[in-house]
Formats: sequence, C-alpha cells, structure tokens
Amino acid sequence: MPNQKVMIIGGGLAGLAAAMKLAELGVDVDLMSLTPVKRSHSVCAQGGINSVNKQTRLAGDNEWKHFDDTVYGGDFLNHQPPVKEMTEWAPRIIDLMDRLGVTFNRTTEGFLDHRRFGGTLYKRTAFAGATTGQQLLYVLDEQVRRWQSQGRVKVYESWDYLGPILADDGTCCGCVAQDLATMEIRSFSADAVVVASGGCGLIFGRSTMSMVCTGSAVSRSFQMGADYGNGEFIQVHPTAIPGADKLRLMSESARGEGGRVWVPSTPQDSRTPRSIPEAERYYFLEDRYPEYGNLVPRDIATREIFNICVNEGLSVEQGRQCVFLDLTHIERSELDRKLGGILEIYEKFQGVDPRDHPMKIFPAVHYSMGGLWVDYQKSGSGGLQWGSPQNQTTKIPGLYAIGECDYQYHGANRLGANSLLSCIFSGLLVAPSLVEWLKIVPKAAADQPSSLYEAARQERQVRHDKLLNRPSGGENPYLIHEELGDVLTKSATVVRRNPQLEEGIDKVLELKDRAAACSLSDTGNWTNQNVVFTKALQDMFPLALTVLRGALARDECRGAHFKPDFAMPSLKCEEPGERIREAEAWCDRFEGNVDKWLKSTIATWQGDDVELSYEEVDTSLIVPRPRLYGLVGADVIEEVWKERVAKRTDVEATTA
Amino acid sequence: MADTSSKPDHFEVRVLRQDGPQASSYWERHRVRYEPDMNVISVLQRIASQSQTVDGKEVSPVAWECNCLEEVCGACTMVVNGRVRQACTALVDRLMAEQESDIELQPMSKFPVQRDLVVERRRMFRGLEKSKAWVTVDTYGPMGAGPRISQTEQENNYPLSQCMSCGCCLEACPQYTKVELVQGDSESDDAFAERQDSTFDGEFVGAHAISQVMLFNGHPIAKNDANERLDSLMAPGGIQVCGNAQNCVAVCPKEIPLTTSIARAGRATTVRAITKFFG
Repeated sequence: MPNQKVMIIGGGLAGLAAAMKLAELGVDVDLMSLTPVKRSHSVCAQGGINSVNKQTRLAGDNEWKHFDDTVYGGDFLNHQPPVKEMTEWAPRIIDLMDRLGVTFNRTTEGFLDHRRFGGTLYKRTAFAGATTGQQLLYVLDEQVRRWQSQGRVKVYESWDYLGPILADDGTCCGCVAQDLATMEIRSFSADAVVVASGGCGLIFGRSTMSMVCTGSAVSRSFQMGADYGNGEFIQVHPTAIPGADKLRLMSESARGEGGRVWVPSTPQDSRTPRSIPEAERYYFLEDRYPEYGNLVPRDIATREIFNICVNEGLSVEQGRQCVFLDLTHIERSELDRKLGGILEIYEKFQGVDPRDHPMKIFPAVHYSMGGLWVDYQKSGSGGLQWGSPQNQTTKIPGLYAIGECDYQYHGANRLGANSLLSCIFSGLLVAPSLVEWLKIVPKAAADQPSSLYEAARQERQVRHDKLLNRPSGGENPYLIHEELGDVLTKSATVVRRNPQLEEGIDKVLELKDRAAACSLSDTGNWTNQNVVFTKALQDMFPLALTVLRGALARDECRGAHFKPDFAMPSLKCEEPGERIREAEAWCDRFEGNVDKWLKSTIATWQGDDVELSYEEVDTSLIVPRPRLYGLVGADVIEEVWKERVAKRTDVEATTA
Repeated sequence: MADTSSKPDHFEVRVLRQDGPQASSYWERHRVRYEPDMNVISVLQRIASQSQTVDGKEVSPVAWECNCLEEVCGACTMVVNGRVRQACTALVDRLMAEQESDIELQPMSKFPVQRDLVVERRRMFRGLEKSKAWVTVDTYGPMGAGPRISQTEQENNYPLSQCMSCGCCLEACPQYTKVELVQGDSESDDAFAERQDSTFDGEFVGAHAISQVMLFNGHPIAKNDANERLDSLMAPGGIQVCGNAQNCVAVCPKEIPLTTSIARAGRATTVRAITKFFG
C-alpha cells in the first residue's frame, strides 16, 4: 500500500534503533518524544552493554552461556526464545554500534575493551567510559538525524502521546498527541504505532529514572486494551544517593574497593560520623554476612539496608532513610586512582567530599522488568522468526512495544548491562516485523474515515478542557504524587508483605479518587506543564495498581519480588541422612512452586481497576533450576537437584 | 557534611518570568523552605507545588525544562546567579556560600523563550545536521566489527563525544546572537521550520558544532565526509565568525576542550581552502 507510515513514541535507544532501521527499509517514520530525543533517559546508563566477544570465547564463553546467565538471572520468568535470539544477536549489535562510531574503550591493540558485570563469570561488557548509554544514544540520534535530513524520518519533539486510535475492528491506526508548547491536541494517522517510552519509575515518586519516566504512554496504551505483563517485577539498586529531587546511582565498585556500610548503634546519633567511635558503629552487613561482608549480592544488600532503616529504625537521619557508605579509612591517593570518577559525582551533587565524610546512601527503584505484554513467533531453532509481524506486537493489532516498556527480556530480575542490549535489539527486531505488518494491515490508515480521527481527538480535548476548568481549591497534583510515591515505596519495593500490600492498594485507590479532583494552578493554554503533569499523574494509577495487585497475588519469592513470608527455607538438619531427606523435600517444594508460579502475570485494565490472569512461560530450552545463593545446605540441595534432573533426562531418553 | 545549623528556615528566589514568546518579561519572588541537599531543580519543584509568590499571590507554576538530573542530558540549562549552567548541579548550599543574597534564575538569552525558563534550542540540532555530524555507513546489516582504533585516538575522541547539546558554550559566546522568528498566520509548520533552518544556517554555528566536526573528521570512516564538513564550516556562519573570546571552554559543564577543537578546525579549514584554491 502506498504512503504508509509508522509512528514511534519515544526517542531513546529502542525508538531510535527502530526508526533508523525502518528508514533503511524504506518506510516513512514519524517519531514523537516528550523531550528532544538526545535528552532521553538512555543517557543515564553508565556501565555498558553485554555480548559474547572474541576474548570471552577464548575463555570458553558462547551465546548459549549468555542466554543461560540471562534466564538464570531472571529466575526463569523470561520467555526463552526472545532471550536466545537477543543473545545470539548481541555480538552483531556491538559490531554495528562500533561501526556507527561509539567511542568504546579500547585495548592496547585497538580492539574493544570489556569489563565484568554481575551475574556472569565472563568479561562480556563493552563500555565507553562511565557514559555508555549516552554514547550509544548519540550515535543512534545521529543516524536518525541523517535520515531526517533526507526526509525519511520526521521528528515531533516536545509532544505528549495521549493514546492510540483504534479503528472499528480494534486495529490501531494512529494516535492522539499534544504539543507541549502550543497545547494543540492533534490526531496522527499511522499504519502502526510503536511505544518505546521506557520505564515507569516515577510512580515510586523518586527513583534513579529521569523526569519523563512517568509511564504515561504505557498507561494510556494499557487503558485502551494493551495488556501489561509482570508489573510487580521492579529492580531496586542497593546504593543510590538520596536527593531532594531524585535518587542517583552510586556504583557497586565503591564497595568493591573496600567501602564499608554502617549505621550508628544509637538511632540518629547527632555526632559527626567520624567522631563516633568504632564500638558504637554497627557494620550490619559485615556482622550478618561474615563471609561476604559488604559485597553480598545486590538483592541481599538492598534488603538489609532497607530493613535496618525501615524496620529497625536505625537510619542515620531522622526524617530521611539512609545509611553510611564509608570510604574515609582508605588513602586519598588510592581513592582518586580507583574511584575518582564516581566520587566526583557524589561531590558534585552532595557538595561533600566522600574522601573526608562517609557517603549517605539508600536503595532506589531502578528498572521496570515488567511492561506491555508483547508477542513473538518462535523459529524452528527455538529463537525468533525474524520478520514475523507477531514480534513485539501488543494485544492491540498494529500497536507494538519495544525497549524497557515491553515485558519480554528480563524476567523477574534484569542482569546488569543487558538493558542497553534489549533496547537496541528490540528496536532492530521490530523494524522488519513492521514491514510485514504493513503488507497485511486490514485497512490503510489513509483510508480510515476522518471522523474516526476527529472523534479520538475530541475525546482527549474534552478531558483536557475539563481539567483546566476544574474549580480551584481542590487537590494539589504535586502533593498527591509525593503521597503515591511514599505508598508504593513503602509497600512494593524491597520487602513485600501481604498486609502492607493490601493497605497500599486501599491508599492508592483513595489517592486515585483524590487525583481526579485536582485543581490546576495554571489554567492557561501555553506551555502548561501543570496540566501535562496532572494528566501523567492520573495515568500513574493504573500502573500502580498493576504493580500492587500483581505483588499481592504472587505468594512466592522470585528475582526482585521478595516476600519473606513465602521464602524457601534453609536446611536445618545436621545428620547427613536426614539432611538429604530434607533436601528432597526442599526440591519437591521447589518443583511445586515452579508448577504454581513460574507464570507471567498478565494485567488487563477493566475501566477502574486491573484484573490478573497468568500465562505459561516458554522454558523449552533451559530447564528452570533453583537459585541457592546464601542458603544453608545449598550444596546438598544442588546434589539432590542434579540427580533428579539426570533421572528425568534418562526417562525422557528411554520414552523417546 | 553540609552544616545545616546555620541555614535559614526559608530563602528567597527571584525568577525572570515570561508568559510566552515575545511577551515582556518580569521578575517574581518566591519563598522556599530550606531542606538539606537541595539543588535548583528541587527549588523549582517546590515553587511549582506552592504556586504562590512571596506576597501570597496565587500564580501559575514557573515553567522549566529538565530530565536526567545527573548532568548528562543537557536539558536544564539556565542562568543561575548570572552564570549559565545546569540547574541540576546548582546546589543551594553552594549558591548560598557564594553569595549572601537570594538565588536568581533567568532563561538563557541566546535562544527564544518559550515560557519562563524554557527556551527553544532547535537551532543547535540544525547545526549538527548542517555539519553532517554522523558516520555514513553502507547498511545497518551485519558487516563485522568497525575499524580498529588506538587507545590514544579513543582518549582524544571520548571527551568530544560527551557533548550533550546543552548550549552553555553558546550562551557565553559573544559572537552567537539570538535568532527569533515569528510564524506567519498562514505559514504552515513545515514552511516555518524551513524558513527557520535557512536563517539559522546563515548565523554562527557555535563551538559545540565545530567540536563535533573535529570528532567526526577524526573517525576513520566518518572522515570520508571530512571535506563536506569543513566546507560547511567555511560557509557563512562558520568558523570565521569565532572571535576567540574563549568563553565557551570556561563554561562547558563537561569540560570539553572546545578551544582546542576550534584551533584544529581553523587549521583544517585553512588547508582545505588552499587545496581548493589550487585544486
């Protein structure tokens, strides 16, 4: 069909990768973004991007191992075919980024340099200084600008997506959006719409995410019928710098170089930290995990820091939760040499030199593993069928989702340096799939009646005008946002308990009603950030409910979702025979839990609340196995488990 | 550790406001409750939430632009106490230590004001387009690795690739002057954008774009387009406009060696001019 067009919502890594690939395939692209695309949240990624590479291959690495690390890290909640395809493509993606001019760090010989990240034994992570995300985003931005100069891509910067437009048969045929300067609301026709709008950290109030990460574009698609998958899986990073405006990451390497985490034994001790004697300091990680000390795995560090402040009341400060991350016992010259870059970040934003004063840190919401439910088509080899119009499509035909806002690649927990990979991969994957979709689209957007577009526009205009005309004296949207953030942070981040989640849901429902009664302090129609924010706030509630209801229903521990009341226990018996029997029982329970809970949570919007259902996870390639880190008796359980798997494999071989 | 004992309960902020493009500007005073670890972004968040001046007058929230709040996105550039910088790294404690009086916020003066502290910086991105700041590749298909690059080359190029198009260098530049056009009543968005672009192209492109030309002309593949980029710098609005005031390098939040890039570009364009003359 002639004059077909694809609309992409969001200009981060995923959106830009899709735009440039579509342009190369000869498709006209409109790209819409809240900010100039060069300012997208992808710039915040520091660490790097994973792929198998020549050096790791020499050490015995291969694509299958990267695949295995990713699904093991994700606690097997990721569908395996998309992950397999992604890890196979990873080396090619790094090559492409290299060709596009990313200033990756180099080895002496001029090859790409790599570092090691969590969850793997291999140095798979390519990096560009401490700004890998920024560097990747810039080369994609440059490529899209190149296509823009040729007229293939048209960029609408400073536009707010208000939702998809659905034809009579339910197919997406465009979207409604608002110009953030003129406040004009306009309908855009498109033969496919791709949501690439990133995570939803702002529903937690403050997080490590950028200010545009409200989740509004996702929520507006969700409310129009696109399902949401695994909403309860939110990654919380153990060490962030609390700020009045946002929480900024403090790299794990601070602990790697000898940093010690502690709180004063006296709650909110008013003395300066360095004048508190050793005997009156509580080094709680070293005390509770003598073997690993401050370098316990990320999720454990996160839980302990959270627990000491929230449940034990030992936060360093009265009105704010934080613990000390102390480097002051290390020589200045050594700190400068090993940690210079990250210490400068702390100094820049806190105005305090961490070489002289212990840093104050606290865990922070960091990444949404969940997102819009998307489909895929499996290939004969267990990967993906490249070019299938099913890949990355949401429940709404013609509406696609890619990047952090899809739910597909990271399961229950994301591996460090896999996010940049999944963003670029899903962007490149969706392009040929869209080309095929354009061939079979039931009716060209250009042939849809103009009344359809006008009605959709009108609906959004009415919502906008109603908000502007609300009587004064009502609720303050900024204060409601703070309250929402407090409720979610308290009930649905690090440690989750059902009574707290139930209470959280009640509060969120109450806040949802109050948010509907907001009054605006700006009723004008020019660059009105007040009304844009209020709409984004109101659209946070469907996602907040998705997170809370998903977390309440899931009575188990999996990846980032930690419910102590349902944790798998350590072994208690000392006698070897007893211990083996106990391990057998443990494995029985584990298998029972896999049967019951190794399922994707699917949320559907019902107009005023969410409804949950569950979907089988494709684990056809790697059999799910228990993660035993830090558990007493792990060695015995592992032995018993291996015997079981071996026995099962024998049986399968005989019956086959 | 910031000593909070001597801090005031409240402090005042003067904001230069403007209701829309070409509207006249006016000062407004706000009072904000002091909290530890505040930066100018959190001050503006409190002002938005209060929507009330120091005299108790109800006003619309001050509009401003921001995103990452980590000084990597370039969005929140404004003039804080007379100095152009990113609002996210402008810490209240530091500002108070530097000067006793109130905090003063103004929009950048070299770009058209959209509203209050929000300015329109599209001209910067047009500058990148004009300079062909990209690597031209045959295909996005799998063609193997890129060229080998030495550690020295990477170390030279990495600082330049950190430019976040924030505009500080342009605000500080005496040769970079504001271009503000008004869309005609019957002029379409596309026609207006085209008219803007052609006007921008004749005006000074600025240090940020000159530095990007040097970044790409130093890349083994991108340098295939080196002459086109140098030609763009020799056209009206190019490097000859630079008056060598060296303000740009002093205000760059990423400490990019902008004047080194300008000097290198100056030599390269001279060589290019001579070659063209004799070519």
